[in-house]
Amino acid sequence: MEIQEKAVDRKLLLTFSGELDHHGARDALRRIELAIDAALPKTLVLDLGGLTFMDSSGIALILRSQQRMQMLDGSVIVYHVPPQPRRVLDAAGIGRLVTIK
Amino acid sequence: MRTKAINEVTLEFPSHSSNEGFARSAAACFAAQLDPTLNELEDIKTAVSEAVTNAIVHAYPDTIGKVTLKMRVCPGNVLEISVKDQGRGIADVEKAREPMFTTGGQERSGMGFTIMESFMDQLHVRSVQGRGTTVTMKKKLAARMKGGK
Ligand SMILES: Nc1ncnc2c1ncn2[C@@H]1O[C@H](COP(=O)(O)OP(=O)(O)OP(=O)(O)O)[C@@H](O)[C@H]1O
Ligand SMILES: [Mg+2]
Repeated sequence: MEIQEKAVDRKLLLTFSGELDHHGARDALRRIELAIDAALPKTLVLDLGGLTFMDSSGIALILRSQQRMQMLDGSVIVYHVPPQPRRVLDAAGIGRLVTIK
Repeated sequence: MRTKAINEVTLEFPSHSSNEGFARSAAACFAAQLDPTLNELEDIKTAVSEAVTNAIVHAYPDTIGKVTLKMRVCPGNVLEISVKDQGRGIADVEKAREPMFTTGGQERSGMGFTIMESFMDQLHVRSVQGRGTTVTMKKKLAARMKGGK
């Protein structure tokens, strides 16, 4: 899995591609936290459009990002969710906790 | 009581995280003989990923152990998949299956069993502390017209 970062104003865009599983997510949490701490964004956008697979490892990443952003009084938007990751998020009821667009 | 399999395959691999992707692909390849839909295939891959990841992360937290992935085609277009480890086992299976329950800390969400349950038709968990865990899942695939159209 790859993560690309782009910070514009107080908005941080993280674009994910590849397979987001436990193996692919190693170090990802730390990287995301570092990116948030460096950009101090008001809005964090997680673009999942490039993911070819996601399991519960992705849920933890999204929820931890959300917690981090809440500490900064900011918000998280999950964007471009492909069908398989979408079903994983739905099965876990994540739509109730995070904004999915 | 165990139904007789029409076809079956057993794979054994060490609990390296790089084998998560291998296990998913192997399951998809095996399931292909049932002519699954794309959705069904993704459901199977997701459930296998959850079960295998649990063995890798929870059964063998600080060692590398053996993971056995067994896949069977049973009468009635039913796919049966079991993932077995010989790791630490689960103290309270009922509790472990509850949504959001995790012993995995920050990097886990406690949703693995919930996802397996929702993506497959049946989920059975057998575990003995200190001996290991076997997760068995079944899914009946939609019968599709043979020969296209
Ligand atoms: N093979 C196993 N061996 C030992 N313990 C297990 C095993 N599988 C699951 N568990 C226990 O059951 C709990 C719940 O598992 P589940 O897959 O639902 O969530 P998780 O793995 O903690 O988080 P997630 O799957 O969302 O990343 C785990 O935290 C762990 O304590
Ligand atoms: Mg799990």
